[in-house]
Amino acid sequence: MRNFFRGFGAVFYKEVLHVRRDPATLFFSLVIPLLQMVVLGFGIDTNIRQVNTVVYNADGRRESRELIDRLKNSDTFHIWRYVGNDQDLNDAIIAGKARVGIKVPVDYSDRLLHDMSAQVLVLIDGSDSSVACQAINVTTAIGLDESLRRILQDRSTFAVDIRPKLLFNPDSRSPNFLLPGLTAILLLNVTTFLTAFSIVREKERGTLEQLFVTPVRPMGLLLGKLLPYLVIGFSELCLILSFMRFVFQVPIHGSVLLLAFLSLPYLFVSLSIGILVSSKANTQSEAIQLAFLTFLPSIFFSGYIFPRETMPTVFYVISYFIPASYYINITRGIILRGAGIAHLWIDGLALFAIGTLLLVIAARRFQNKVIMA
Amino acid sequence: MANVTINPAEAAISAEHLVRRFGNFTAVNDVSFRVEKGQIFGFLGPNGSGKTTVIKMLTGLLPLSGGSALVEGLDVRTDSESVRERIGYMSQNFSLYYDLTVAENLQFYGRIYSLERARLKRRIDEIVQLNGLAPYLNRLAAQLSGGWKQRLALGCAMLHEPTLLFLDEPTAGIDPVARRQLWDLLFELSGHGITFFVTTHYMDEAERCSHVAYIYYGKLIADGTPNSLRELPDVQPQGTLRVEITTPEVTRALRFARHLPGIRSATIFGQSIHALIEDHFNLADLRNQLLKNGIAVTEIRPLAPSLEDVFVELTYKHQAMLETARA
Repeated sequence: MRNFFRGFGAVFYKEVLHVRRDPATLFFSLVIPLLQMVVLGFGIDTNIRQVNTVVYNADGRRESRELIDRLKNSDTFHIWRYVGNDQDLNDAIIAGKARVGIKVPVDYSDRLLHDMSAQVLVLIDGSDSSVACQAINVTTAIGLDESLRRILQDRSTFAVDIRPKLLFNPDSRSPNFLLPGLTAILLLNVTTFLTAFSIVREKERGTLEQLFVTPVRPMGLLLGKLLPYLVIGFSELCLILSFMRFVFQVPIHGSVLLLAFLSLPYLFVSLSIGILVSSKANTQSEAIQLAFLTFLPSIFFSGYIFPRETMPTVFYVISYFIPASYYINITRGIILRGAGIAHLWIDGLALFAIGTLLLVIAARRFQNKVIMA
Repeated sequence: MANVTINPAEAAISAEHLVRRFGNFTAVNDVSFRVEKGQIFGFLGPNGSGKTTVIKMLTGLLPLSGGSALVEGLDVRTDSESVRERIGYMSQNFSLYYDLTVAENLQFYGRIYSLERARLKRRIDEIVQLNGLAPYLNRLAAQLSGGWKQRLALGCAMLHEPTLLFLDEPTAGIDPVARRQLWDLLFELSGHGITFFVTTHYMDEAERCSHVAYIYYGKLIADGTPNSLRELPDVQPQGTLRVEITTPEVTRALRFARHLPGIRSATIFGQSIHALIEDHFNLADLRNQLLKNGIAVTEIRPLAPSLEDVFVELTYKHQAMLETARA
């Protein structure tokens, strides 16, 4: 066994020297993810509110103004402008100035007073499906609510009263949802690049070839390279979590220790991906391109942005092969839902299995493709 | 010769019928040779002729497609890890870590070979003294000049006291003084019983080797001491004489000489022509013929073939053979 990992200590020592000699790289690799976090954390709000809305109120009497106030108070719509004819209403939507156009007809109040059905036209720009969906839901709900109250007068309560309650993220704040997932992407990014570069640099320099003529074994070499970056990745995790907790005020409901523990197999996976990338790439620019190839599926198919359950079957199956899927499950589980080891051990195990598999593949590729090249 | 009875375990390298194929391409084709202990074995050949491939096979980096090789008595096919313990390797691009200091580079390679602390310290002291690296110990490897990088690389390859060193074009891109110093060092070390397997393009370096082999497109076409190669019948056929014609008009003289009956071959060497002539040819006659055609001749004198002559002759002959084989 000792022999199998031969050279591990020497390589580890040398990697630490490399990192110490180049503090700038270390600094940037630690700080840039935090900057990305700030941009995404403050810049993106997945809740749809204050949608630009254009209103043509042909009626203009009290009833019509009340209806528009209700729409305004829903927080979904922001009245961008009032217009005086159909043409301007249409133009505002086509020009993209407003996403929603509301037309209250001239006889709105009259029909209500005569207990007749009054119609309100709502035009919605369907090019962004989530905005359109929200606009339909809110306007329909307000219409229904308005109708019911007119039928019931002030007489009694509704027969069925649905009381939705949002668990875990009661204010439905976006950072709470986004940042635990982003943690997975940022860690992957940093650790993959660092390991891939540290190996590809040795290929470019010719020192890798030199190492292969020494008695060092592939596993000793790879683990010696991997471990220092595991430490860096772990420090990065601590930074990200503190930032998330104290700058973005995302409460961590579960055990931080458990989160740290389950992050180890994930870091192991992303480092192994870095090694795999470096077994294929011969230059640093090739390494960058290959690494990006692995990031894209992690961003789109891991459930970070789009829920995995709504994906077409093919992509849902693919998502099971993406390490970030498991880790996002772990971070959201612990941070948002206070999940424990009983809920998450399978994800941890899956990550560990994927990491080991990748490392073995990488070591074999090194034996066959890199040494024998 | 007595060679046949020598136990192969006593040779530093004993390669038998080495073959290496890459797909349809045969990079090394039935190559056999022996390197005795303490030799400086020069391995020569044009670029792409298979020199580096042979080194990779002997160091256990490339599996053999055929044949066998014993390095320091160990079979490279089954015992490559033990082989690597005993050999040192220095590639032409001096594989050093530029962001580490000279001392750190030495430390690292020492640890790779798992030398214990006391031995590592002793070896580093010895290497530093031998290579004169003492003033540069705390300098980054990147800041060293080419000659010093090469000394450091050699030092790193020797830390674990290998008995056999592979040097792949050790003097490529090095200034002449550093080149001379390196060879002085090699002679000194070989005096201590270390064997060297050196590839080079420099003929003056080849002349300094105790044994020379020449590989041409995967085939070993010459193998012997520099002096024995000069006497090969292919190089110096029976009834021929090698002469040097010194003339201020080398190109015209060459064009003319090539058409003279009795001149087998002629090549330009600086301000003179090296020609292989039939020995019934009178040197005074040759001079007259040249003068008659308006070519001034400074001197014509007999010449022992240089190694360059040897390899040029062998290459021509082999090219001709390859072409007849193809036709």
